[in-house]
Amino acid sequence: MGYVGSRVRRLEDPRLLAGAGGFADDEDRPGQLWLRVVRSPVAHAELRGIDAAAALALHGVRAVLTAADIDLPPIPVRVSPDPGALLPYLQPVLAQGRVRYVGEPVAAVVADDPYLAEDGADLVAVDYAELAPVRDARAACGPGAAPLFESQPNEVAVVTASFGDAAATFQNAAHVVELDVAIGRQTAVPIEPRSLLAVWDEAGQVLEVWGATKVPHFNRRVLAGFLGVPPAQVRMHRCDAGGGFGVRGELYPEDVLVAYLARLLGRPVKWTEDRAEHLVAVNHSRDQVHRIAGAFDADGRLLAIRDEIWHDNGAYIRTHGLTVPELTVSMLPGPYRMLGFAATAHVAVTNKTPCGTYRAPGRYEGTFARERMLDAAAAKLGIDPVELRRRNLLGPAELPCDRSIRALGTDVVLDEGDYPGLLDRAVAESGYETWVREAGAHRHAGRLVGNGAAVFLEKSGLGPYEVAEVRVEESGGIQVMVGGASLGQGIETVFAQIAADVLGVCPDEVRVVAGDTGLLGDGVGSWASRSTVVGGSAVRRAAEATATLAREAAAVLLGADPADLCLAGGRVRSAADGRSARSVSLGEIAAALAGRPAGLDLPPGPLGARREFTVDHMTYPYGVHLAQVEIDPGTGGVTVLRYFVAYEVGRAINPATVEGQLVGGALQGIGGALFEELAYSPEGQPLSASLIDYLLPSAGEAPEVATLVTEDHPSTSNPLGAKGAGEGGIAAAGAAIASAVGDALGAPRAPVRLPLTPERVCELIAASAEVCPGGG
Amino acid sequence: MTDVHAIRVTVNGTEHELAVESRRTLADVLRHDLAYPGTHIGCEHGICGACTVLVDGLPARSCLMFGVQADGRSVETVESLGTPDELGPLQQAFTDQHGLQCGFCTPGFLMLITAFLRETPSPTDEEIREVIASNLCRCTGYQGILRAVRAAADMGAGAGAGAGADVGAGG
Repeated sequence: MGYVGSRVRRLEDPRLLAGAGGFADDEDRPGQLWLRVVRSPVAHAELRGIDAAAALALHGVRAVLTAADIDLPPIPVRVSPDPGALLPYLQPVLAQGRVRYVGEPVAAVVADDPYLAEDGADLVAVDYAELAPVRDARAACGPGAAPLFESQPNEVAVVTASFGDAAATFQNAAHVVELDVAIGRQTAVPIEPRSLLAVWDEAGQVLEVWGATKVPHFNRRVLAGFLGVPPAQVRMHRCDAGGGFGVRGELYPEDVLVAYLARLLGRPVKWTEDRAEHLVAVNHSRDQVHRIAGAFDADGRLLAIRDEIWHDNGAYIRTHGLTVPELTVSMLPGPYRMLGFAATAHVAVTNKTPCGTYRAPGRYEGTFARERMLDAAAAKLGIDPVELRRRNLLGPAELPCDRSIRALGTDVVLDEGDYPGLLDRAVAESGYETWVREAGAHRHAGRLVGNGAAVFLEKSGLGPYEVAEVRVEESGGIQVMVGGASLGQGIETVFAQIAADVLGVCPDEVRVVAGDTGLLGDGVGSWASRSTVVGGSAVRRAAEATATLAREAAAVLLGADPADLCLAGGRVRSAADGRSARSVSLGEIAAALAGRPAGLDLPPGPLGARREFTVDHMTYPYGVHLAQVEIDPGTGGVTVLRYFVAYEVGRAINPATVEGQLVGGALQGIGGALFEELAYSPEGQPLSASLIDYLLPSAGEAPEVATLVTEDHPSTSNPLGAKGAGEGGIAAAGAAIASAVGDALGAPRAPVRLPLTPERVCELIAASAEVCPGGG
Repeated sequence: MTDVHAIRVTVNGTEHELAVESRRTLADVLRHDLAYPGTHIGCEHGICGACTVLVDGLPARSCLMFGVQADGRSVETVESLGTPDELGPLQQAFTDQHGLQCGFCTPGFLMLITAFLRETPSPTDEEIREVIASNLCRCTGYQGILRAVRAAADMGAGAGAGAGADVGAGG
């Protein structure tokens, strides 16, 4: 007993290490055709005509489809409070009449192999009449901007969140600090490109799909609707996925094309994207500009925050609807006490790749804006930045705290925790005061070394529900089916740990299958740091019901009282009998429940149970990021010398995988803070369409990230006590790195734009030299 | 018509004869023609290293090599290092040290490190970091990978892997 909470070695590892994982592109079928998507090379144009004759004449090309050949609705929103208002902005499967970003699918070419398909795509002639591109959100909302959608404003929506009377509070405040900050356009870049294989099984009248992940049950419903078949006639198979981070697994135009073509042509159709198209086709994210202000009293108490945000959504509203701007405004107050809060986000369409979520959506951006404002305030008020935060964090006695705002259709009620306590522990365990002394000594010696701190609030465990089913076979094998999906986060291991403890077996005796719609007809998915919290709780409920049934059946088989029976070692044992203890294995119980031997009054079988876990509110983990950086004054290059993440997770089911999430997330966030930006030319051409231009951090740039995982405040919203761990590693990385860069430069307010590329840091160095000549 | 060549390539000690188009990458030949799907394709422009295999014992980006260039040569892929039921020492170190999450980049790292440890059986931490910086991982932050290579080197995995090199030699 007691696998929950221990560092169980991951069950996913052996197959992945041996090259025996089952990724979508690993599947090949006889007669398989390959899809290649013809994409717009221009940012904004009328589509005058498409000539596919030359492509169709190429030997091996089987079909070319354009918007005129398909009668499909646009791709619907999966998450939004008001999808109706977004309808005019949804993305068609293939461009209709106009293209709105470089990379937009214009035609689909299907051929015998992927090389031929690419040849065919090159031969599709498209007549574009170019239009002026709309380049950024503020310009898009301003007067004179050309509308991307006829008779629709470029400002898709204005998303707000507020409490108290922020305006009045600002008027009466002793100090007001205001600054403009910006977070560049970034994307997740999982190392596995997207891939999908669809096979229409004529005999079974089922479309079999490999490569779906994240939200397979939702995507199945939508695909079934597109194909005009009931959802039961579409089966999403479980697949390994090479990283998700928010972008993988949403329903994209290519997913619809693969399914549609497989049904249309009656042949297996596969699409595997290359990295160049991934970087213009998959959801982008971040890309916000904030004008944020804080009001403080004479003692540095935060009274109110206001923020006006321009959110560059790219060309279409995709499946996430308004999720990112909504989370930006609703999570912006973070873990701090304040009387008033007012945030407004202008959501604009522009001629860039459409946006969606990327790990810690809204929080990476909002935490950066808020914490930059706090650093600026600390400098202005002459208060130590850590002390300013400590003074303004909600105390444990003030929790739970109902913010009176909504996020993702739920009330934001911050649950139990001790924010200042965690900040103090982080400072103590990291040795942050030593970092500060060291950096001071280095700066005295002429080196540009600085430290930064950021405190953040996360959210996790979004409902409304998840489904899990436990089945015990007559062989004794235990299978757990659950509605999430395995994206590399280790949920097979975590769910096996949870089930193993309840059923009295070892985790490696539990086979977890996540996200197979043929094995489990309902489920929600793996996003919003919800898998362990909501899915894990469903697994626990299903395992508990299975254990209860096993006990009841064993009581009959052993002639014992169920209350005297316990589960251990794969058997149900009578605990009372001591040396003469009798027992029956789970497999024998399963066999008895299936065979129903005469004369025994057994409970109804089979041995197993299906349970849903439903939850109304999210649970809010929180944490602290600390960074120490050194700037090369010659190049503007930033080296991260030290990094520390403290995070309260309620209950760590597997501390090793929690730490792995935090360390990996931190480096991804450091990438966003220093290197990663999807830049565009004035003509709307993407300038970062390869990994030569979009720079991911390598081991050469990776600091040793130290972690402090605390379990001091288990969530009361779920039986595990867990809070989600997927996004705490990244959420405050931009904020902490920028803070450290500002400290190193002696210009705490200065770093206001991510990523802090060498070029931008050189500008900051030059600016700070102007302010204090000769100073560091 | 397409430009097809007959080639003979040894993969993990097994000789294969096949006809490939001249433009077909070694990665596609391994994955889709010869059914070694453990070699993964992450970027197709030589940056991420997920497709790293050993060609005549040296690490190579199989997305940047054509299949025809492997004619007469010996290729080692991740499938040569062990099986799910019987992991090799480097693979074991990766699971022990939580050196993988999604596992997609992992085969490339394993092959890169296999060649590295054969050449440098007792590396310094700096040497390990430098070689690990050849490939990209988006999940782990590299810490578990660095620990795994340290542990594997300390266990003498380099010497063990050296024996494996002979299996495919002479192709």
